[in-house]
Amino acid sequence: MIEASVIASPILGVVFCLLHVIVSLVHTWSHLVHQIQCLIISSGLLSKYQNINLNRLRHLAVVIDSEDAKNKSKVHQLLCWLSDIGVKYVILYDIEGVMKKSDKAYEKSSANPSETKCMDFAPNMPLIFDMFGMTVEIISYTDGKEAVAKGANYLCSNYLKNQDDTLNKLGPKFTEPDISSALKAVGHDGPEPDLLLVYGPARCHLGFPAWRLRYTEIVHMGPLSSMKLSAVVKVLYDFSKKHQNYGK
Amino acid sequence: MSTISERFSILQSHLEKNCKSKISKISGYVGFIMRKLLFSVLSVGPIPAHVAIIMDGNRRFAKRHSLLQDSIDPASGHRLGFRSLISTIQYSFEMGVKCVTVYAFSIDNFKRSPQEVQLLMDLMREKIEEMSAEDGVFQALHVKINFWGNLELLTEPTRLSAKRAMDTTVHNKGPELSVCVAYTSTNEITHAIEASVSELKGKDQVQVSDLERNLYSAGCVEPDIIIRTSGETRLSNFLLWQSDFTHLQNPKPLWPEFSLRHLVWAVLEYQRVYAYLKNKKEGIEKNK
Repeated sequence: MIEASVIASPILGVVFCLLHVIVSLVHTWSHLVHQIQCLIISSGLLSKYQNINLNRLRHLAVVIDSEDAKNKSKVHQLLCWLSDIGVKYVILYDIEGVMKKSDKAYEKSSANPSETKCMDFAPNMPLIFDMFGMTVEIISYTDGKEAVAKGANYLCSNYLKNQDDTLNKLGPKFTEPDISSALKAVGHDGPEPDLLLVYGPARCHLGFPAWRLRYTEIVHMGPLSSMKLSAVVKVLYDFSKKHQNYGK
Repeated sequence: MSTISERFSILQSHLEKNCKSKISKISGYVGFIMRKLLFSVLSVGPIPAHVAIIMDGNRRFAKRHSLLQDSIDPASGHRLGFRSLISTIQYSFEMGVKCVTVYAFSIDNFKRSPQEVQLLMDLMREKIEEMSAEDGVFQALHVKINFWGNLELLTEPTRLSAKRAMDTTVHNKGPELSVCVAYTSTNEITHAIEASVSELKGKDQVQVSDLERNLYSAGCVEPDIIIRTSGETRLSNFLLWQSDFTHLQNPKPLWPEFSLRHLVWAVLEYQRVYAYLKNKKEGIEKNK
């Protein structure tokens, strides 16, 4: 029995590696196809990518891996592209709050610093400023679950203030609009993004505020270091063609 | 050449005869052995503890294969989807997955026509009773069945079936199947806030841990993978709170087309990003 497992383990290991080689080959092929599509888009041969209808894209979110987010010039470049395309509201998110600490860098690197109005950095609050005519909101992990807890405490204090014997017997009853109002009262009332781009090794939202993700389309873009304008254009074009049932 | 719908009718009646022939028993056994070998290979790497699934595409499948026209059963797409569900759950548990969560019916789905909602309620009740039957495969695997959602919104027969299934399996120590019905994540969070506020005594403050303790999913590990079939890229208000470090996958096949090879592929994809997501999760937990 022991001898069988000694023989079987390396064989299983070899087959396991083979399976993963196949997965890697499929990924390489998909990446190649994607690169060719990006090349065609950036050549301008396809007119449909020249004027994208952004009416349905009111708010765009970008989740960036915190290690990638340390590359301020890349983040700034991405914001410039989004502004040029015509995006009006961008929510930048990284889990560790690296971009919150870097907001002054975006101000300094802007072509016209007077176009950028920054608020003071507060680690547990969203940061909102204007850049190239586009509103930029920067959030991090503390703007998610902890914000909901803050909202819960706000609702609790109101509930206790409005104590009524009849109501108390039934216990607190809140609706989703109540939660939204509470989040607004505690300063965490950012809009729900229509589209969320993930820059990093995996398609994962890394703690983006749950209350704002209900119907958000989530697209994985790969590492920030290899970001391409044509890839962003393609995603925005695909989004403009999307149809949602909202459960119907 | 038979149409797709004719083939499915033949398959359905064949399965309903309970496969008592020798050949089908042998092929079933061979299939089991092959799966065991395959899962042994996959187990060289990390196996997800919790897989969550948004079963999207039943109606599109029925439309695509003209099942609605050929069949007198307007729920044919959902019935085929149920078969995919049973096989996916079985394979997941054979692989070593400890929890499977499925998004069966959203609160938003109540917006559908009353006829379709009633049809889905009846189908759910029928399938809940099938799943929790004493001689069913789930009881054989000691599966514990949970229902997450605002169950008060369900029709009474469906709600009672769900409660019976939970009561019947509450002591089972095997894998867990959680079925989200009359569920949305925002409704779950609202419910958790209500429960946390009602627990507060005097000067205490609601903490994130209080909210997590009052979620429907309390006690269950967070999902490692969320699979949404039919290529759609949104979560549609499913497990938003629990999915901070979850690998989100959106394979193109419609739900009735989802099979063992798609599940295996999902696990292989998860294994590629496991180390990264584990590192991120540990980083946040260290800072708490």
